[in-house]
Amino acid sequence: MNQINHSLSLTESAKRPLNIFQNIGSIIGFSGLATLLISLLNIYAESQVPYLFYGAIGAISLGTIIYTIGSYGGKTEGIKNDYNWLSGLTSKGSFAWIAGIFITTFYVFLYWFPQHLGLGESGAANKGLVGFFDPLSVLLKGEGKFASQWFMYGTLYTLAILIFGIKFIVKYRHNRYQVIRTISVMVFQLGFAFIIPAFLERMSLPYNDFKNVWPLNYYFFDTWNINGMLNAGNIGLFMLIFGIAMVLIITPILTYFFGKRWYCSWVCGCGGLAETAGDSFRHLSDKSQSAWKIERWMIHLVLAISVLMTIAVIYNYRAQETGYLVTTEIFLIGIFSLALILSGFVIYNRNKWIKKQNKIAFQITGGILLSLIAFTAYSYFLKGSNDLFVIQTYKIQKFYGFYIGAAFSGVIGVGFYPLMGSRVWCRFGCPMAALLGLQQKFFSRFRITTNGSQCISCGNCSTYCEMGIDVRAYAEKGQDIVRASCVGCGICSAVCPRGVLKLENGPAIQDRATAKRAIFISEDKVGLLD
Amino acid sequence: MKIVIIGNGISGITAAKTLRKHSDHQIIVLSDESELFFSRTALMYVFMGHMRAKDIIPHNKKFYDDNNIELYLTRVRTVDFDSKSIILEDDNFIDYDRLIIATGSKPRLMNWPGKQLDGVQTLYHIQDLENIERLCENMERGIIVGGGLIGVELAEMLHSRNIPVTMLVRESQYWSSVLPLEEAKMVSDHIRKHSIDLKLNTELKEIWGDKKKVKMILTNTGEKINCEFVGLTVGVQPNIDFLHFTKLEKNKGILINDRLETNMEGVYAIGDCAEIRNPKEGRKNIEAVWYTGRMMGELAAHNILGKEMNYNPGVWFNSAKFFDIEYQVYGSVPNNPREGIGQLFWKHPKKNKSIRLVYDLSTKEIMGFNLMGIRYRHEVCEKWISEKTHIEDVLSNLTLANFDPEFFSSYERLLVDAYNQETGSSLKLKQKKSLYKVLNFLSK
Repeated sequence: MNQINHSLSLTESAKRPLNIFQNIGSIIGFSGLATLLISLLNIYAESQVPYLFYGAIGAISLGTIIYTIGSYGGKTEGIKNDYNWLSGLTSKGSFAWIAGIFITTFYVFLYWFPQHLGLGESGAANKGLVGFFDPLSVLLKGEGKFASQWFMYGTLYTLAILIFGIKFIVKYRHNRYQVIRTISVMVFQLGFAFIIPAFLERMSLPYNDFKNVWPLNYYFFDTWNINGMLNAGNIGLFMLIFGIAMVLIITPILTYFFGKRWYCSWVCGCGGLAETAGDSFRHLSDKSQSAWKIERWMIHLVLAISVLMTIAVIYNYRAQETGYLVTTEIFLIGIFSLALILSGFVIYNRNKWIKKQNKIAFQITGGILLSLIAFTAYSYFLKGSNDLFVIQTYKIQKFYGFYIGAAFSGVIGVGFYPLMGSRVWCRFGCPMAALLGLQQKFFSRFRITTNGSQCISCGNCSTYCEMGIDVRAYAEKGQDIVRASCVGCGICSAVCPRGVLKLENGPAIQDRATAKRAIFISEDKVGLLD
Repeated sequence: MKIVIIGNGISGITAAKTLRKHSDHQIIVLSDESELFFSRTALMYVFMGHMRAKDIIPHNKKFYDDNNIELYLTRVRTVDFDSKSIILEDDNFIDYDRLIIATGSKPRLMNWPGKQLDGVQTLYHIQDLENIERLCENMERGIIVGGGLIGVELAEMLHSRNIPVTMLVRESQYWSSVLPLEEAKMVSDHIRKHSIDLKLNTELKEIWGDKKKVKMILTNTGEKINCEFVGLTVGVQPNIDFLHFTKLEKNKGILINDRLETNMEGVYAIGDCAEIRNPKEGRKNIEAVWYTGRMMGELAAHNILGKEMNYNPGVWFNSAKFFDIEYQVYGSVPNNPREGIGQLFWKHPKKNKSIRLVYDLSTKEIMGFNLMGIRYRHEVCEKWISEKTHIEDVLSNLTLANFDPEFFSSYERLLVDAYNQETGSSLKLKQKKSLYKVLNFLSK
């Protein structure tokens, strides 16, 4: 193996030559990007801004499409992964680091220093990059409604999903699952995350992204958001009811029938960006056992924190308001009973957990539930306090918003695409993915089936799994795959050169998903499978 | 018991894993190619940049340490079967109680003049990738000799580096020694679509060099082609030279009985290097494919552990990918069928997709499936074939076999229509796509 590793350093010599379309596309695309960035210097005259803005967006889109035609247009339909590990941008080379640092820097400014991107503070007019988006903001939201840094970000985000979505569709045009799925994320992003919110703002209604479900949308139950919806008439009430129905009814049902993919790789905006703009980096995800271990710890801790925070926030809201059907007492008793039931479930299944050497996870979960029981009981006797837990609620919210909502999902989640793969946030941090994953693992009809003994252990499935699942480890045993983290993108099935993997919804998952199936030989006879 | 396995390919490693799963014996695996087992069929993907070398290695070092499987990177000089001892290249030796020989194949080089020149290359070992990488640097044209599975892989590899390729194929179509004519033609056309100069009915005659480097080839049609690279992919043969002057009985490969035992006590041979004395009807003595190697590895382990069973590879299956066209075969699909064999063939008018069902005309029993660009379920096809299911029963339930991803068009109805048209019957497709029905059918 030493020798071959040595030969991989030769890869620098195997540079992919760019064809004429790719060169022209790059020039047009980068000139559009440069026009955007130069806006930061405030050298554009106000009358030029609209032309330059639409020109820049147009150039970025056109450039990407021309580049895509150059990359895939002249080629036959099929899997086109040549050079992924040979060219620097897609194999953590210097271009990848430049791109990573560039995106990360952008996020740092976006979250914490938007004024340096040109956001007008305390009523002042926008300048720079944010000001550059004013024409579109006014066009969509109405006179006087200028861009915020979030509008600028949302526009770029949507643009990225659309243009790289087109690239993805061209690349996988032979695979109808991929085409339909990508159209779906493009439509949900453009419609639900971009146009409808702008339209709501035009109507002076509160901001709402209907597909952004709690707990991914961690502020859904925040006092200001609830009040905003309650003060917005019937439409606001609909938003509130729809948001709660998404959590309690729609999500569990869809996840039962289709697995978490219906959300993570068909609807979600984070998933949408990962699947489109992040597609070129999907193979960078870490497949090691230790990464899987870290993943389980982190994602479930984030889920626990976000659940506790939400309980505290709702309690806080209840403590302030009166006149609702559910009183503070009932709320506390409800949480208390829920925690008791969950504890019962955990204790009932303790042997299973410990057998799987999840003793620490068992203890932590138990700890969280016990403290929940203790704190709700404690708060019940201390009615009137604004804080459910010993820590003040706003401190949890601040911690969550800063470290998880911004730093994790944005800066690391997207900024590290070129270095750690496209699903870092979805895999290690998203509480929604954690919640859906738990359901997928224990209560869903979704699985990836394997096709008998056709696996050749090549490793394409594992390599191209953006969630870092070692798909091959299951496929070579002829074992169906039921993993909490699987977002059902279907790329493992697409890249398999032997047609071994298929995403399926079926009856209750039984023995096909356990490792007890022999590879070829059962205990008493020789044959294929058992 | 001390069990030594020579060779860490799919056969040897499967044997080691199975032995460990069911026993605590000492297990030693020797290899002279790489420390860790890798997927040989995936070498092309490393070269093309789809994966890194480490990605084609299913288990890391820790896996072998945890399972107490000892790996040694060394070369075996010979085996002294009388004293049950393996003599290594460095004169050390290892004793064994049981020996599994799983040394695989080596590429056939034939006797072409000029085969020793720099630039003549095979594709088999992981080290070959390095050589091909080096040769690519100044390659104006590469020649590939042979119309088999490795040949098309090598063509795809060179094509990925934008190197013009000429393929010399002895047969009238690519791989027509195995594929039925329509499928062979489909693949041939697809290869040409990648601007590969596919020369059919053409053989290599001589390789000419300049300063010990390949410069030109001469074909049997008298054509001379300038090139810097000649890839010889005309098949493989058992890699057993190191056992030449031993008492081990050999023909082309190491001769084994149905228990995978050689003529020497406690010595087994499995995989590509083994030659079965009495193969099952319709099967070959030597089947150098991944899947049979894996089955033999598992079986050898069971036999060593006293759970004695005869080798029965079951219904034949195989798969491959020719550039973008996936290929799966289940059962018997002859390229040149004898009298009395019925064939139902459907081909997509535009795309590279086809389905072929082979059945016995007199008994109407299904015999085989040949799929291009369409995926079928292994277990379902196997069950139909082994249960000698009636062709009409198969056809009316054909959706059960479809394994294409969701939303893909399914063409089973067109096959039923074709059958109805041919035979004047009025069969209908019974099933809708459903995993539930598939699992029910399989558990019947």
